[in-house]
Amino acid sequence: MKMQRALTRWLLALGALHGTVVCAGFFAPYDPAVQNRMYPYLPPMRVHLVDTQGHLHARPFVYQPKLRVGSFDQYEEDITDPRPVKFLPSGDYYRLLGFLSCRRHLFGAKNARIYLLGTDAYGRDQLSRLLFGGQVSLVAGLLGAGITLLIGMCIGAVAGYFGGWRDTLLMRLAELFMALPWLYLLFAIRAFLPLAVSPLKAFFLIIVVIGTVGWARPARLVRGVVLSAKERDFVRAARGFGATNGYLLRRHILPETSSVLLTQAAILIPQYVLAEMTLSFLGLGVPEPVPSWGNLLSSLQQYSVLISHWWMYLPAVAIVPFYLGYLGLASSLHERGAAYKIESRILGNLT
Amino acid sequence: MKKPTANFKRCWILSTLLLSAFTFIGRRAIASPPEKTTEKEELLVLPGEVGRRGERLVVSLRGEPKTLNPLISVDTPSREVIGTMQADLVHINRATQLTEPALAKSWKISPDGLRYTLVLRRGLKFSDGYPMDADDVLFTFRLYLDEKVHAPQRDLLIFDGKPVSLQKVDSHTIVFQLPKPYGVMERMFDGWAILPRHLLEKPYEEGKIAQVGALTTPPNQWAGLGPFRLKEYVAGQRLVLERNPYYWKTDAKGNRLPYLDELVFLFVPSADAQVLRFQSGETGVISRLGAENFSVLARDQKDYAMVDAGPGLEYNFLFFNLNDLGEKAPPEMIQKQKWFRDLKFRQAVSSAVDREAIVRLVYQGRGAALWGLVTPGNRRWADEKLPHPPRSLEKARELLKEAGFSWGVPGNGDSWLQDSNGKPVEFSIIAQSSSSERSKMAALIQDDLKQLGMRVQVVPLESRSLLNRVTQTKQYDACVLGAASYDADPNSDINVWLSSGGLHLWNPSQAHPATPWEAEIDRLINEQMYASTFEQRKKLYDRAQEVLAENQPMIFLVSPNILAGAKNTIGNFHPAVLEPYVFWNVEQLYLKNGTENAAR
Repeated sequence: MKMQRALTRWLLALGALHGTVVCAGFFAPYDPAVQNRMYPYLPPMRVHLVDTQGHLHARPFVYQPKLRVGSFDQYEEDITDPRPVKFLPSGDYYRLLGFLSCRRHLFGAKNARIYLLGTDAYGRDQLSRLLFGGQVSLVAGLLGAGITLLIGMCIGAVAGYFGGWRDTLLMRLAELFMALPWLYLLFAIRAFLPLAVSPLKAFFLIIVVIGTVGWARPARLVRGVVLSAKERDFVRAARGFGATNGYLLRRHILPETSSVLLTQAAILIPQYVLAEMTLSFLGLGVPEPVPSWGNLLSSLQQYSVLISHWWMYLPAVAIVPFYLGYLGLASSLHERGAAYKIESRILGNLT
Repeated sequence: MKKPTANFKRCWILSTLLLSAFTFIGRRAIASPPEKTTEKEELLVLPGEVGRRGERLVVSLRGEPKTLNPLISVDTPSREVIGTMQADLVHINRATQLTEPALAKSWKISPDGLRYTLVLRRGLKFSDGYPMDADDVLFTFRLYLDEKVHAPQRDLLIFDGKPVSLQKVDSHTIVFQLPKPYGVMERMFDGWAILPRHLLEKPYEEGKIAQVGALTTPPNQWAGLGPFRLKEYVAGQRLVLERNPYYWKTDAKGNRLPYLDELVFLFVPSADAQVLRFQSGETGVISRLGAENFSVLARDQKDYAMVDAGPGLEYNFLFFNLNDLGEKAPPEMIQKQKWFRDLKFRQAVSSAVDREAIVRLVYQGRGAALWGLVTPGNRRWADEKLPHPPRSLEKARELLKEAGFSWGVPGNGDSWLQDSNGKPVEFSIIAQSSSSERSKMAALIQDDLKQLGMRVQVVPLESRSLLNRVTQTKQYDACVLGAASYDADPNSDINVWLSSGGLHLWNPSQAHPATPWEAEIDRLINEQMYASTFEQRKKLYDRAQEVLAENQPMIFLVSPNILAGAKNTIGNFHPAVLEPYVFWNVEQLYLKNGTENAAR
């Protein structure tokens, strides 16, 4: 029961995190590509409730930033110009869940722009970019992991179930894939593609490459499970009753691999999000101005940004709760899987 | 392809290369200098702050120099180092941008403009103590002119296929005979290092001149007339130069220059690493700085001071592929070129580009918006009449409408620009991935053009493959690039101007000018090259700038300021906007309190 509760907790936490990113358009105050050229590298704005005279305001407000005299990247609050925060204002168009055209945002400011996490080099809202960027990074992770597990499951099942030369061939292939320097492979693939790749194509390219390269490890795990499962009594019995290979795999053997696959998924998804970040960081991912956590971080390659603008690190921080969530989920799943195995073994012995 | 003209070649050199200095090596062991009674030295007295002898200055270099031999050097680090080891006959003062006497104490031009008579200083000696006279000058120019030597500067000495000829009048007087009057000959002497005949004659006769001047040359086999001479080279780490005791300049009080005992170049490959070394006090001077690193350094100036020398001669621009791609061009490209060739389209793009935003966002205000090739840093040659139209999206839309473009609204609220055939206007801009500044410019332009309904993609490319696409394969739509003139004189950019020029980027190396306005520019530039007075040249050059601005083959964006910094202990530090930005007066740099002991 305790295990079950932990699992539910992790799932809820992850659900909330993903929900925020899925509804990025609503939570983000602005379009992530819109530049505000008056405020490059604006630090996160502070939301006030008390003004400089000590008056308490019912509605939170921000002060308009202004450039410090003689500077191009140092700002200060213009205390003569407070702007109240508005909730649920109408703003830039976005598509909720990819198809619902909306204009309603969680918050905004009246006649002003509010930058809770500051802006980047072009004055684009870092919060909006972070949320929208999460969509790209997380979808890349989820789809990539899906592709990997699908390939891994098929290959692992074939190798484990049929054995013989198929097993040898597929497992050697798996070893080859594990030894592949995938980063350089990706550089090579990018070099062969046409000069300008649209963001969508670049995105799918990343997913396909990440997804196809990592199948070897899950395939080996699945193979192990299949090897042991196919010798189990109920499988032999089914075979004795004349079940076909396809039926056996579908009905009796692959379900046995589910806990391994789920655990693998929980481990792979955050890893693949990280892989997408690495690729975009190196400029191989989705092109500007589409945000992803990786290309948001790529400005940190410059020393001046690295030491001057701390809020540019935030996309790196964003991955942490996701990573923790998925790892927690993975360990819960693993424990549940182990317990289930023990349970079924005990039950099996009793009957 | 037509053989490039002399003009083109001349400029080719000027802009691709240096105007630095030069040197040589002998393979034989060097005997001690001849013991002849030395004549009275005619030293050049430099005005300015009087410094203090001694100490060493450590600076960083972006890469390891390839050679010390001015006859074959083309890379920036080599040029920078050679500039401190060699000297020229007539020199361009980097502060005033005017010529002034150097090894030649005076010169006369014949009324027909064909004969330049140069009189050398007396008592000049190379850094190994050997005296220098007119024979060294004759020998030097023989090398530069020898086709087998392949000196990159050679073409500058060829006028309409005929070379400059030299005659020695006496041991201190040389006459340069030009085949054609040439307006800027005296400026051209800048950067031609006078080489030591006693060291180079033998390798030259043996045909090994290209092999001399390696960094591994023993210091006693290399000499020049510059303020410093070779002392030590540690591969991959540093190059140490020491004071040339025979240098021919003194300060106002008669102390022989240079002040520094040693000049150490550390090889530091990345800009960020250079900043870190400077910040930690390991190096004393930093130059070629980006605006962002500059403000990082400027934020905590304690032991050092940062200097913004104002707009330099670098110009950044956007250009479209206007090459004649022939019949094998893909139909898509032909379609795009139809837009690019439309003057109104280019004017609309120019009108939509927010140059002020580039200055602010890319250069943090340390730059100047640009509407022509000649930057505001080039005070003598910039055309003040050149219009500076402010950014206007309305005007851009109007121009596009006049050119037959219209806006389609595909349902989602955004409107896209389409041409008269209903094809959406969509193209890519390539930019150097190594230059964060140019990538940023491209991203800003992308957003500017989005507001006109153009779908633009920015493709960052590694520099070499970018240049390959632009100059060789011509597979690109548009490109953001930058170039820097090496001299304030117009002729340093000639191969950008002329339609036959290799850096006439939008359509390089044309056999015949593709358009009437390119023919017009060719004519103006050629005329100014041979015009004799500054006023005549300026008039012609101004007109060329106007023709270029009217036709917008290059959409000029911004010219960054020259940014540098030095420790407070370094005296006479006055960065200039011409290369070499900080070492043009290296002989006058000195350390104030003897606190500099940085490198090993």
